Amino acid sequence: MLDIKNLHVKLEEEDKVILKGVDLKIEPGSVHAIMGPNGSGKSTLSYVLSGRAGYEVTDGSVTLDDVDILDMEPEERAAAGLFLAFQYPVEIPGVGNMTFLRTAVNAQRKARGQDEMSAAEFLKVIREKAKTLQIDADMLKRPVNVGFSGGEKKRNEILQMAMLEPKMCILDETDSGLDVDAMKLVSEGVNALRDAGRSFLVITHYQRLLDHIKPDVVHIMSDGRLIKSGGPELALEVEQNGYADLKADAGAV
Amino acid sequence: MARADLKKEKHEATEARISTLNMPQGGTWASMARNEALSRLRGMGLPARRDEYWKYTRPDTLIQQDAPAAALFDSLEPAVFDSVDRLKIVFVDGVFDAAASDDLSLSGVEIDRLETAAAADIHWAKDVYGRLEARGQTPVARPLAALNSAYATDGILIRVTGKAAKPISLIYTHKSEASDAILHHVIKLEKGAELTVLENGPAASRFNKVMEVEVADGAKFHHIRAQGRDHERRAATHLFTRLGSESLFKSFTLTVNGALTRNEAVIEFSGDNAVAHIAGAAMGDGAFHHDDTVFITHDAVNCESRQVYKKVLRNGAVGVFQGKILVKEGAQKTDGYQISQALLLDDDSQFLAKPELEIYADDVACSHGSTTGAIDQDALYYLRSRGVTKKEATDLLVLSFMAEAVEEIEDESLREEIVTRLTGWLERRSG
Repeated sequence: MLDIKNLHVKLEEEDKVILKGVDLKIEPGSVHAIMGPNGSGKSTLSYVLSGRAGYEVTDGSVTLDDVDILDMEPEERAAAGLFLAFQYPVEIPGVGNMTFLRTAVNAQRKARGQDEMSAAEFLKVIREKAKTLQIDADMLKRPVNVGFSGGEKKRNEILQMAMLEPKMCILDETDSGLDVDAMKLVSEGVNALRDAGRSFLVITHYQRLLDHIKPDVVHIMSDGRLIKSGGPELALEVEQNGYADLKADAGAV
Repeated sequence: MARADLKKEKHEATEARISTLNMPQGGTWASMARNEALSRLRGMGLPARRDEYWKYTRPDTLIQQDAPAAALFDSLEPAVFDSVDRLKIVFVDGVFDAAASDDLSLSGVEIDRLETAAAADIHWAKDVYGRLEARGQTPVARPLAALNSAYATDGILIRVTGKAAKPISLIYTHKSEASDAILHHVIKLEKGAELTVLENGPAASRFNKVMEVEVADGAKFHHIRAQGRDHERRAATHLFTRLGSESLFKSFTLTVNGALTRNEAVIEFSGDNAVAHIAGAAMGDGAFHHDDTVFITHDAVNCESRQVYKKVLRNGAVGVFQGKILVKEGAQKTDGYQISQALLLDDDSQFLAKPELEIYADDVACSHGSTTGAIDQDALYYLRSRGVTKKEATDLLVLSFMAEAVEEIEDESLREEIVTRLTGWLERRSG
């Protein structure tokens, strides 16, 4: 599914190297988690994968189903099946949530050479999916993310994911700003999307999200590299001992 | 240049312009109003480049003797408001077209053509025609409006006594490339009356229009205007209104295309607890100069005024905003809000803003803000990351930017008409 090889990334505007050789291969249907301390490069990885401006790839490659995505525009990556659930979803006043979603769904269908979804069909599908995420009609009508609580914003991200049906989902600190109930709701939304053809990359500080979204593989990121990989028990180890021991093992400062 | 010379130059320019105009014949009240307006005009002279109030907009083409030619633009899409049930009043190059208009009859409303009413010796409009314009001449002179009151050749007079069953729609068709139109409308809403007025169309190569609106106690007036189509047209419009207590005034203007547009609005609160909202959305591409000049006077207690102006500019288009809130002594509990914002889609476009507050009461809440910015890159990335193309994402963000102004239109179907226009304009632009 997603194959990252020796990825080196620096900031475009300044001489700051953030990713220093990331290697990661995610198989179809699997859930990988990346944990790591602040500033280790976790969010940068998610931005670079989704095509945000401001980063320069100096070495390495990223392919999605064997297609190089690094030269693609963000919308092309989305149409190719990549989705990033933002840590800080952006507020867009004056654009209805539903209008936005329909525009996005149809833009992707168009890019893939499919027919646009009719208004009636779209409405039927979105109502169904919104219901499971406990998103009411009002939230669908309101401008995108404007005045949404932290939990509402994250649920809205998952709704977008459910509507767009990507094959590679990246969740960037989806648990931040969520209380226990909201985290449960969001996780259920994510778990409902798990299937053999869809993979997930879950980026988080804390182990608690991984109690709800059970990963197949856990990676530890530090100073721009994945320094250790293992099963779900690695997340528990971090929870108990922190990152210091792992960093020392890997020879990182 | 010495002050005396400037005065002489103004005097000459004014007389030169007047010499090309004929004051229409009329009965006693109209003749008086027109002659008074002419002496007002002579007293102040037409605007000149050096006038502070015309610092950002060159008045030359608005005051020169002949209207600069303006090519007719053949738009394939149906005109705005076409789907709205309304009473249509059509002017072709500034001349009332009875055949194209509906019958001028509507329950609770009296409608007269200016020409007819002016011929009478007495008419209700005598208390409004030129009166609100004259009040609006202080503290800032608006000579093009005085010229209009003196020389307007046509217009419509509307008196509303009840709740108008449907909107009155003024449609301005442009058919001659050299037309120079001067129209003057008077609208009087009696106590508790309600009316919506729609305006659209390019009108003429050069268009000078005044609309005076007297809103009596408890009356409600809604105004939605779409200035579009012909790219080379020029317009100077004035909207004068005086608001009675507990009254409501809401005006929205969409401007697209046009070489030069100056829309002035003068709003006076004379009764307590009234509300006035005035909003504008302008989209300019290339040779486009758009000026919104607003003056709001609070001279009553507990009134609310709100100005919301948004401009989207590209390819060298220029936007101007001059907005003032004057709160007189004793106008306590005034709530005044003003925002003017420009979204510049490239480095060639320009926005010039002059927001002003002048407050003589001590218990008021007034605020103003003005911003100039580019498309928010974070928002653009967010939309694109969902698969929306860059062009479509930019268009969505333009609509998002305009929303605060467009939302001032209360009626949902009329708001939709405007949004359709905005969307159409965006879709026709590439990249």
